[in-house]
Amino acid sequence: MSSLDQLFVEVTRSLVSRLPPWLAPWASMLATIGAIAAAAPVIMMYLTWLERKLIARMQNRLGPNRVGLYGLLQPIADGVKMFIKEDIVPRGADRLLHLLAPIVAVAPVILLFAVLPFGRNMVGADLHVGLLYFLALGSITSYAIFMGGWASRSKFSMLGAMRTVAQIISYEVPGVLSVVAVIMVTGTLSLVGIVEAQADHWFLFTPWGFVAGAIFFMSGIAEVNRTPFDMPEAESELVGGFHTEYSGMKFALWYMAEFLEAFAICAFTTTLFLGGWQGPPIPFWILAALLALLVGTAKSLALPARGLGVLALVALGGLYARQPIPSWIWFFAKTYVLVFVLVWLRGTFPRLRIDQLMGFAWKFLLPMALVTILAAGLWSLMPFPYGTVLAVLILAASYAVLVRWNRPASLSPRTYVLAD
Amino acid sequence: MARRLVGFHVLRGMGVTLKTFCETYPWGRAVLRVLRIPSTNGLVTIEYPEVKQQHSERFRYFPFLVYDGTPDDLRCVACKICEQECPPQCIHIVMEKDAQGRPVKVHGRTLPAQFDIDMSICMSCRICVDVCPFDAIEMDNAYELSASDRFEHMLFDKQRLLKSNEYFQQIKPTEASEVDQRLAAKQKKTAAPAQAQPASAAPSSPPAAPPGAGPAAPPTGRTPGPQPTGPPRAPQSPPPGA
Amino acid sequence: MSPEIDTRPQVETQTLEVNLGPQHPSTHGVFRMVATLDGETVIRLKPVMGYMHRNHEKIAEGLTYIGCFPYTDRLDYFCAMTNNLALAVAIERLAGIQVSERGEYIRVIMAELTRLVNHTAVTGFLLNDMGAFGTPLLYAFREREKILDLFEAASGSRMMCNYVRPGGVREDLPAGWVERAWEIVRAYPKFLDEFETLLTKNDIILQRTQQVGKLPQPLAVSAGITGPMLRASGVNYDIRKVDGYSVYPRVQFKVPLGTVGDVYDRYLIRILEMRESLKILEQALQALPTTSPSISPKGAAMGKAPRTFRPPKGHAYGRIEAPKGELGFFLVSDGSPQPYRYRIRPPSFINLTVLEDMCLGQKVADVIVILGSIDIVLCEVDR
Repeated sequence: MSSLDQLFVEVTRSLVSRLPPWLAPWASMLATIGAIAAAAPVIMMYLTWLERKLIARMQNRLGPNRVGLYGLLQPIADGVKMFIKEDIVPRGADRLLHLLAPIVAVAPVILLFAVLPFGRNMVGADLHVGLLYFLALGSITSYAIFMGGWASRSKFSMLGAMRTVAQIISYEVPGVLSVVAVIMVTGTLSLVGIVEAQADHWFLFTPWGFVAGAIFFMSGIAEVNRTPFDMPEAESELVGGFHTEYSGMKFALWYMAEFLEAFAICAFTTTLFLGGWQGPPIPFWILAALLALLVGTAKSLALPARGLGVLALVALGGLYARQPIPSWIWFFAKTYVLVFVLVWLRGTFPRLRIDQLMGFAWKFLLPMALVTILAAGLWSLMPFPYGTVLAVLILAASYAVLVRWNRPASLSPRTYVLAD
Repeated sequence: MARRLVGFHVLRGMGVTLKTFCETYPWGRAVLRVLRIPSTNGLVTIEYPEVKQQHSERFRYFPFLVYDGTPDDLRCVACKICEQECPPQCIHIVMEKDAQGRPVKVHGRTLPAQFDIDMSICMSCRICVDVCPFDAIEMDNAYELSASDRFEHMLFDKQRLLKSNEYFQQIKPTEASEVDQRLAAKQKKTAAPAQAQPASAAPSSPPAAPPGAGPAAPPTGRTPGPQPTGPPRAPQSPPPGA
Repeated sequence: MSPEIDTRPQVETQTLEVNLGPQHPSTHGVFRMVATLDGETVIRLKPVMGYMHRNHEKIAEGLTYIGCFPYTDRLDYFCAMTNNLALAVAIERLAGIQVSERGEYIRVIMAELTRLVNHTAVTGFLLNDMGAFGTPLLYAFREREKILDLFEAASGSRMMCNYVRPGGVREDLPAGWVERAWEIVRAYPKFLDEFETLLTKNDIILQRTQQVGKLPQPLAVSAGITGPMLRASGVNYDIRKVDGYSVYPRVQFKVPLGTVGDVYDRYLIRILEMRESLKILEQALQALPTTSPSISPKGAAMGKAPRTFRPPKGHAYGRIEAPKGELGFFLVSDGSPQPYRYRIRPPSFINLTVLEDMCLGQKVADVIVILGSIDIVLCEVDR
């Protein structure tokens, strides 16, 4: 336990210890709340920046680069713009609900971060039912979106809102079922407990964990309405979906809810399947040595570059052996890798159609999640090689069957005549 | 086998975007080099106000009036052919006349008192340039003309339209030297029978144009100095026939 | 034909009328569709056009024949070159003008480059309509820009080229142009391969496009559909082959034909057509005569003094295979410098007429994709 790892914990503790004892618990709570409430908008703003930058690079573009160095002040400029924009409420809209909806959308998402273990001993509230809390709060968004869509009194908003409700309810089911496997194996609903259970093996590297993680992540993407499941705000069809009629700060709140929820999904996937704040199960110096070997033998690089790369990696390995990388860095690194995957998906794919989306949830993800539970049970009950092999076999077989079952006959290769 | 799996081509598509992502960074190109993936496109955007696109020589925007030497010695004789032929009718010309209503002649030519082009109507079609028998109107390549007031700023009068032949040679060397050759040949033809008006002949020979050289001389007219937009890619070989 | 839809309500439901357009992110301009929806399914769809009407045909009656050319640039702004070419072909028919050899080749090169421009851009837009976050579109635009640079080098303008003239082209190609064209023609197949890796077999795209917006062959023929849309339905009709205008009979190329006639076929036919266009370009660049000037004497005179060009009394219809389909100009001359009647047969407009037939029974999301696969430009639809 090094000091860097516990930096934030120590800082809070030292601040709180100066206060009178009756104030200390309140102050510690306030500090946590304050940290989360302050961090959330910053995370959201820089997620927009990050997304724009990354997608721009995928499209041979530069992305925002005008405001500040590398466009780093762009989110602030956007925020100011949002603040000074006129707030338009359509005639005939339900003004109260129209105002309330974005607030209802944002609040639970910020609350989600209370149970997230950001690092060793770094958790707002280690609830015994943390996972349940996450699932419960996560589904409030559908109310907010439907409120917004209905209150706008616009057909596009209404269609978008209806799609959302259908979609979120559908994807909730496989999402929750995929988590059941984790609960079964760890025997706890506390997120801290789940992370600690992954100390020697991340669940991603177990057969059931890989599939369950993929299902959880995909349902998560669908719940936060991102490509390829961004039906509710399908821009090309429904203009803006449920937030068509929103402008100014209310619109910014919608965006904040969406981005924070996307971040939360990544964070929870990290926590549940990627070992949370735990470092990789293999010692880091082995990784560094392997990478150094790869770089050192790469023929296509110039010799100085190879030498420098090897030196840097060896130094990193040595450094890590002396001072382990703080747990919160691991957590954020893994989360941002998942954020990159989210952005990457958005940069690559068109969206599915609403009926295909529902079919995917009910006909593919749901049975797959059920199979995952079986596989997880086998994996944890049977001795090592048998359980794993059986789990892999069951999962592969059911994947093959489900794909065959779901694949429409139409998706066949075509032949084209080249006439004269 | 792998190719038939659902999702294989989805992953390949993601590979394309990831490759493009890497191509835009130097470290990414190094990684691609290590993996022996050919990288083709880097960043393709131009950071506009600082960097400007290199336009080709023929790039045309709005027309301008050419003058030789001094601004009062413009080539336009107010014949109104361009006004008549302009498809969107954006040119308005009034000939300079004296009190009796007779056309005034300067340097032996009539001249426009008023020559207005409404740039908010002009559609940059170049027909005025094609029809002008005197090569008096040419296409400019200055394009940063946005203004907030249409009648104040987008209605170009004669003063704003006038630009020197040197400017023309600078922005479009190939075309300008062709025009200069053509004018020189014409002048020789008119000057040979009647040796009148030597005064008007003198200023119409710009420094870069070789008036004395034969009409077949290769274009050499190229003024050095700052070239704000599109420098020529290569000297033009024989002029397209007419 | 469109599937029989049972609109009788089983449960008491209401239909919803949605106005898609004229201000809508993906109606390709100011097109409006009044869609009646039953849930998400389209049961009626009424296209409303005319928001972009600019009275081109009537204006042309007051212009000289040459004066019409810049207006044709603005018809289908992706394909200015082929629009010019169609009008030039019509005027040549009307006045019996011969085109110089080099002029013909330059025109074919320009027309095929235009086809590349149009088809890449349209594929990108189609993907945008499907909800991709602009990546395929920007890849398409990246390549399109390179061709537009070529257009600028030759004609002076990237999109409003105003380059083709009766009898040839307005001015000859600048020095070094052919080499630059070769570079693009050589590099293009690589881009197409990458583009296809991204799109052609992607499961999401297959799901979104296959069996969507089917256009049966008889309907396509009876509605007068032309271009890639008709060929995607399996009808072998390409005016480059049928009319054999310009130098097309002298180059080797194939006409790709689809089998099903859905959005996927339309997408892939365009990709295959681009590959054929590249073949044509290679042959035309190879065969480009180096000698003769590009404009015939008569054409040149016409460019210098448009008012002296008075075609004989009569009428003519000139048509070409534009990237979007058959683009034709019908001209009636009364012997004056202005056309007496000037009528355009716009492929976008006529291809748009089957929109409702293709959309019935599909989902709202499909309507947008089907519209994107028709490949319309509103400036050409409304004229």
